[in-house]
Amino acid sequence: MAASGTDSLYKLRHRPPSDKLVDTGFRNLVMILALMVALILLGIFLVVGGQAWQAMQAFGINFVFSSTWDPVRDVYGAFTAIYGTLLTSLLALVFAVPLGVGTAIFLTEDFIGARVRSVISNMVELLAAIPSVVLGLWAIFVLEPFIRPVLQFIHNVLGWIPFFSTNPSGPGVMPAVLILTVMLLPIITAISRDSLNQVPGDLRQAAYGVGATRWTAIMKVMIPAAISGIIGGIMLALGRAMGETMAVTMIIGNQTTFNISWFAPGNTIASLIANQFGEAGDLQMSALMYAAFVLMIITFFVNVLAQWIVKRLALKYD
Amino acid sequence: MTFSSHIADVPDEQVALTCDDVTISYGSFEAVKNVFLEVPRGKVTAFIGPSGCGKSTVLRCFNRMNDLIPSCSLKGRVIYEGQDLYAPNVDPVEVRRRIGMVFQRPNPFPKSIYENIAFGARINGYTGNMDELVESSLRRAAVWDECKDKLNQSGYSLSGGQQQRLCIARTIATQPDLILMDEPCSALDPISTLKVEETMHELKKEFTIVIVTHNMQQAVRVSDMTAFYNAVAVEGGSGKVGYLVEFDETANIFNNPKQEATQEYVSGRFG
Amino acid sequence: MTSSSVNNPDLLFKPGLLRNQGNRLLTSIACLFAVIAIIPLIAVIAYVLFKGFAFLRPAMFFELPPVPGQDMGGGIGNAFVGTFIVTGLSCLFAIPIGVGGGIYLSEYGGNNRFSEFIRFGTNVLAGVPSIIAGVFIYGLIVSSRILFGSTFSAVAGGLALAVLMLPTIIKTTDEGLKLVPQELRWGALGVGASKFVTTAKVVVPSAIAPIATGVVLGIARSAGETAPLIFTAFFSPYWPDGLLEPMATMSVMIFNYAIMPYEAQVQLAWAASFVLVVMILTMNLLARWISSFAQR
Repeated sequence: MAASGTDSLYKLRHRPPSDKLVDTGFRNLVMILALMVALILLGIFLVVGGQAWQAMQAFGINFVFSSTWDPVRDVYGAFTAIYGTLLTSLLALVFAVPLGVGTAIFLTEDFIGARVRSVISNMVELLAAIPSVVLGLWAIFVLEPFIRPVLQFIHNVLGWIPFFSTNPSGPGVMPAVLILTVMLLPIITAISRDSLNQVPGDLRQAAYGVGATRWTAIMKVMIPAAISGIIGGIMLALGRAMGETMAVTMIIGNQTTFNISWFAPGNTIASLIANQFGEAGDLQMSALMYAAFVLMIITFFVNVLAQWIVKRLALKYD
Repeated sequence: MTFSSHIADVPDEQVALTCDDVTISYGSFEAVKNVFLEVPRGKVTAFIGPSGCGKSTVLRCFNRMNDLIPSCSLKGRVIYEGQDLYAPNVDPVEVRRRIGMVFQRPNPFPKSIYENIAFGARINGYTGNMDELVESSLRRAAVWDECKDKLNQSGYSLSGGQQQRLCIARTIATQPDLILMDEPCSALDPISTLKVEETMHELKKEFTIVIVTHNMQQAVRVSDMTAFYNAVAVEGGSGKVGYLVEFDETANIFNNPKQEATQEYVSGRFG
Repeated sequence: MTSSSVNNPDLLFKPGLLRNQGNRLLTSIACLFAVIAIIPLIAVIAYVLFKGFAFLRPAMFFELPPVPGQDMGGGIGNAFVGTFIVTGLSCLFAIPIGVGGGIYLSEYGGNNRFSEFIRFGTNVLAGVPSIIAGVFIYGLIVSSRILFGSTFSAVAGGLALAVLMLPTIIKTTDEGLKLVPQELRWGALGVGASKFVTTAKVVVPSAIAPIATGVVLGIARSAGETAPLIFTAFFSPYWPDGLLEPMATMSVMIFNYAIMPYEAQVQLAWAASFVLVVMILTMNLLARWISSFAQR
């Protein structure tokens, strides 16, 4: 009744059909855009799998276990590259996990002022932003020459161990591991720091309350409480390390023959692809796609496992 | 249940909205059951009752706000202007253009005060003078004096009580038939509450208002009619289900209730 | 006093206790690790800045690289422009899909099966190695010559980068929109706004800071990517010559020139690194600055 007099001023009490069309149109549009993610994933799987088909038929599962990579005879096996991928990633984790988690503890405890901690925190995050190709350049001209005498010393002393059996001379597996370590550090540090920060303060107070020292509290209370995030971060870092291409390609030496020594040049799946894709022949190209397919499968499982760990273990502390 | 036959499909001039055997569920859990209610036109109707009795749920079904909760479903009919609001061909957006709502917490848009008012009016295709509408809406919501010098500032620059009155102004700028208020003062301090209540007294002259409140004094102060809801434990015992106990003139509910549960609640013995 | 002190507990700190020595040891180790962790950062930044800056001349932005092994001097002009073009193209593809997809997940999908699947897919896509994005676009576009018969092209490079940017943008949009209070949506719907108007005029503008943060971070990441570009945008020693032609970018230039045995090329690689790092760090700081608005 009150409204009837002024109702004529409001022309859109009834929505025109165009309005409803825009409404449903927008909904469908954004749904299609969301669907693009699934299509891209499917596309990646189909395109890489499809291009690898020729090599899959030619070499079958043997591809994974054969270390022959011979473009002259057109015979390919990716064992060297797969081994190199796993070796470099895991070795890099061996260095990066204690350093990263240690730094994260350092950043979440009050050893130093909050100001300094936030500066260090920010610097570590900025390290994550540096392009991998720039780290590769730095590895070639700075890191490798710097580290060579150290590797030489290890070779001289421990050369009887097969892993140290070659004379370090320029690019090789070990410099690649070190540059990977530099790339993984910020990931592990940032995720561990966030996980430690999320542990409720009561928990620490409870530990102090029963007379625990600082490090007992850290080791027995804080780290177990944050372990899901820390392990999830380590898994994510592992996935990143296995797929890392540029820095590794630039410093690993790209040797396709198998060598047990860590000081010799080596290979990873990603560096193999980056290095040979440009001038690959028909079957060689397909073999590279096959290697890419293998890499994709491995990283997929590592990443899904990482997500699962974070989800599964995180529930306890929510 | 017999009086469902009394509800005519032809709108009564004195009835703004009718609930005909309304049951609202969240998933398989029934929140409020078998509500029959006629909201009188041009009056303030208050919904009171203990928490969990479903009074807000009923209010939010009047402009189909419950549609936003995916698991929420409604049985029965909500009749407005002779039309069932839950008929399949009804557009909830059009329903909300006629039945406005003020929420528990003030929720101005992150826009200027002027735009906060103009937004809804424009959506409703307002063709009159926008400056006039903004001023008259703010005046009617009794917040003009606080706003007139800073119409271009953000709505967040106002205090909580002023923000809530801005939200009321935003609602009346669309000139709805019915204004629903879901505990509009629960997030406000006593002085702001008093101001909002004064605003309601002004609005009463023009609009039909339904207000949910957990504050019985507020119901007494502002409303003409009061509906008391209560919650009872379900047989089999999984939570509680709400139902409408009594609906009458406010004076009767508070001074001379017919049901014992109402008597106990208004005298403060539970809730 | 002497008699009572026998019963009083001794609360003095004893540095010689095993637990106190252990604490000191572990504290020193944590401290040492933190120092080791920031050394590479300082070393990388210092080297790139000092070395790159030493080789950088303003004229470099307007010159082409020299012929390998013949000339000294030359510049990174084509790669500088190319990085902007290829990154810009990737934004053109990734921002609409990413923001739109994020809007779907937060505003329409909620937690239904489909959107949970897309969220999972986004996480999987975020973990796809960048080189895979390169070989995917190579197989899809470059080798099939599907784009008007062209092979290596700036567009192909942009698409490969877009694949990598997409998850960042979707996730930040989704999470940014979820932070918008529900009451704001109710307010708009309550005055009779349609879902589209509510989303476009009220919800998205309120979340613009986190969305912009995600976009800037996505751009920063893709501007430095190399692996997806070496078989898509490829490289060219000339000025950009159309979007369907191969195009130089700074990242690919660094890769190509770093391993060349010529001093001129290595110097250009350092100079390009300097420019790239400064750009990317600036974008990261910009992202932090924008996200500081979101927290208010």
